[in-house]
Amino acid sequence: MSFNSFSEFLAMGGHGLYVWLSYGLGLAVILINLVLPRLQRNRLLAEQKRRLRREEGA
Amino acid sequence: MAEKKWMPRWFYQLASPRWCYQITGKLLPWFALAAGLLLIGGSFWALMFAPADYQQGNSFRIIYLHVPSAILAQSAYMLMAVAGAVGLIWKMKVADMVLKSAAPIGASMAVLALATGAIWGKPTWGSWWVWDARLTSMLILFFLYLGVMALNSAIENESTAAQASAVLSLVGVVNIPIIKYSVEWWNTLHQPATFTLTEKPAMPAEMWVPLLVMVIGFYCFFAVSLMMRLRNEIVWRERRTGWVRELLSKQ
Repeated sequence: MSFNSFSEFLAMGGHGLYVWLSYGLGLAVILINLVLPRLQRNRLLAEQKRRLRREEGA
Repeated sequence: MAEKKWMPRWFYQLASPRWCYQITGKLLPWFALAAGLLLIGGSFWALMFAPADYQQGNSFRIIYLHVPSAILAQSAYMLMAVAGAVGLIWKMKVADMVLKSAAPIGASMAVLALATGAIWGKPTWGSWWVWDARLTSMLILFFLYLGVMALNSAIENESTAAQASAVLSLVGVVNIPIIKYSVEWWNTLHQPATFTLTEKPAMPAEMWVPLLVMVIGFYCFFAVSLMMRLRNEIVWRERRTGWVRELLSKQ
């Protein structure tokens, strides 16, 4: 463990802003890359199912 | 005349969108599990347990995001170029889809590498940005990704879009060795590579082992995101085929 207390951990020896900004950004980029394809999949499958039903009904 | 098969069997299987859809469906959960464990474990290790750098202090911890995202931005580009070549030579549709799917992920990795580099540069060099060879060639990599994405969204015809983006990917691959050797060819503020295949890292094991964990975690995450996008692309392009209809009716 490199830190003695939680506040020391947050402060990162005065570099807290830089470190946490980086990690926040990293988390955001990773989440975007997982959520966007997931949403795209839901939309795509719903659309195609609707198309299939329409064609079968016709 | 029967065509002679030059490549191993898996190569021909890869060419089948249906086979790819099924195999990625089986692989996805395992890569997701590995990515989750490695990235969460690696981040705790990086933030709490790795020692601070004797010169840079705790801002050094940014390396655990900066290096993996930069490595991945370059690997994803090389994957795009290889997929582009395969698509051009063998007219393999799955390769075109891999190329198209890798571009936005690679672009976001290039953004992350540039942004964490800028944030790290401020306390270390005293500046967010310098027009240095490494930084500039990395910015060019980002623009190449944008170019591939723009071609794919601007060209309506799928095979024309695939050819155009394959050519751009292949031409742009010239930039990869420039990024790699930029720290050796030019005077630069940027430090040299942390990992090389031939030498032991200059930093102690307590520092580079978590970095390696993060790099492998980022690769697993890339595999997950790529497979998700690829599967969407397969369903979209194969939407008129029997097996996708069957898949949709079962859902």
